[in-house]
Amino acid sequence: MIDEKGLRTDGRRPNELRPIKMEVGVLSNADGSAYIEQGKSKVLAAVYGPRELHPRHLALPDRAILRCRYHMAPFSVEERKSPAPSRREIELSKVIREALEPAIFLEKFPRTSIDIFIEVLQADGGTRCAGTTAAALALADAGIPMRDLVAACAAGKVDGVLVLDLNDIEDKEGEADMPVSYMPNLGLISLLQMDGSLTFEEFKQVLNLALEGCKQIYKLQKEALKAKYVAIKEEVETCLQS
Amino acid sequence: MSSIMTSKIRQRQIYQVISSGKRLDGRGLTDYRPIKIEKGIIERAEGSARVLLGKTEVIAGVKVEVGEPFPDRPNEGTFTVNSELVPLASPEFEPGPPNEDAIELARVVDRGIRESQAIDLEKLCLVPGKKVYVIFIDIYTLNHDGNLIDASALAALAALMNTKIPIYTVENGEIRKTSEYMPLPIRNYPIAVTFANIGDKMIVDPWLEEEEVMSTRLTVTVDKDDKISAIQKGGGGALAPQQILEAVCIAKEKARELRRLVVDSLG
Repeated sequence: MIDEKGLRTDGRRPNELRPIKMEVGVLSNADGSAYIEQGKSKVLAAVYGPRELHPRHLALPDRAILRCRYHMAPFSVEERKSPAPSRREIELSKVIREALEPAIFLEKFPRTSIDIFIEVLQADGGTRCAGTTAAALALADAGIPMRDLVAACAAGKVDGVLVLDLNDIEDKEGEADMPVSYMPNLGLISLLQMDGSLTFEEFKQVLNLALEGCKQIYKLQKEALKAKYVAIKEEVETCLQS
Repeated sequence: MSSIMTSKIRQRQIYQVISSGKRLDGRGLTDYRPIKIEKGIIERAEGSARVLLGKTEVIAGVKVEVGEPFPDRPNEGTFTVNSELVPLASPEFEPGPPNEDAIELARVVDRGIRESQAIDLEKLCLVPGKKVYVIFIDIYTLNHDGNLIDASALAALAALMNTKIPIYTVENGEIRKTSEYMPLPIRNYPIAVTFANIGDKMIVDPWLEEEEVMSTRLTVTVDKDDKISAIQKGGGGALAPQQILEAVCIAKEKARELRRLVVDSLG
């Protein structure tokens, strides 16, 4: 999995992210939306709300409820995945919701719901992180007040080497995978999972590596948010000139 | 996995006591409630165990069948972990298919067993690519008083250690069950240690009311070589990196303590 030059299957160095493309405001019906490509992983996220909640009895008197669905398209993986939600998807929907929840001022919107929909169009590892990153952008795009953006990235151990942003083969064949989401301005971790085998020392290093990755992704998120408004500004200016 | 309604006054009381380094039930911040483990409580199951963690009560049952291996692992047996939050365990549990809490619980226990390679799956192959042992671990919550994850992980491990699997003879690819049994090959002992973040403190083994107050939950599963096999953050809060590192250190100590208990109770 790591060659003699220390490079990975896709030619990356251990501490290197895959090429990342982010775009905000890609769906016109949603209140906020975002699209992310991270290597071969392609993920769409949309936010609806704050909006009236159905069924109504779920409403909370002092804050909005946050709902999240992480879902993989049947064609997103090698062998067709049944569209019915799997146990994995149900768990990931929960951890992603809990990763985003501390960033949102839910108390500003009592009795409403904020709904996040994440669709994985193509999966090549790191989709829960890409989904979290995209969902945070979609929330910001929807104009929902937030304490910070949430940036997510995995790190792990492959062939004895600690690596950043694992792709699918590295995740499957590697010794450990640790998805992390981070709110850099608050200095707080809101998603943390790990499976594999790590010593305490390795765990510390992998965590730091993941946090470095999150910080890079955070920068890209901010650029993607700004890019949408630069595009609008340019459009307005050309309109005014003509 | 919060359930009962805890009054605001009670919540504030729990919060204040914990911020002064104590707990309402007299425990220290990193103390477990009394733990009792009983093995072999269900004779019909190939393995079983009951765990009492304070008032939290969980049983795990192991059933063994013969089935097909996964195509990518033709020489290994398989196992699944399922958990049921049955309605008799709490006023908050409802009948029906497992909800997200039950699924998360089962998957966290599953990851601990899988990633620590607790079961020697290669020894569970009968006919490569065709017939292997299939192990079902079912976790039943009987009384929910907080920290179902640690209780369930303990019960699952104890039940596995208590499991005897039927011996089969293999002739020309045909298998036949004998009347003999052998112990399930176990080679690691993963222990889940769960923390609740309350104020700026990380407390071990939260009971129900503490779960009501906590903002974040963190489970660290440690194997017999002090390696970390699995981690899961839960709850709608967030943690500072330093808090996580401290918790992982404590988890290592606590896991040793609990592992001794499981091994002793099963001889």
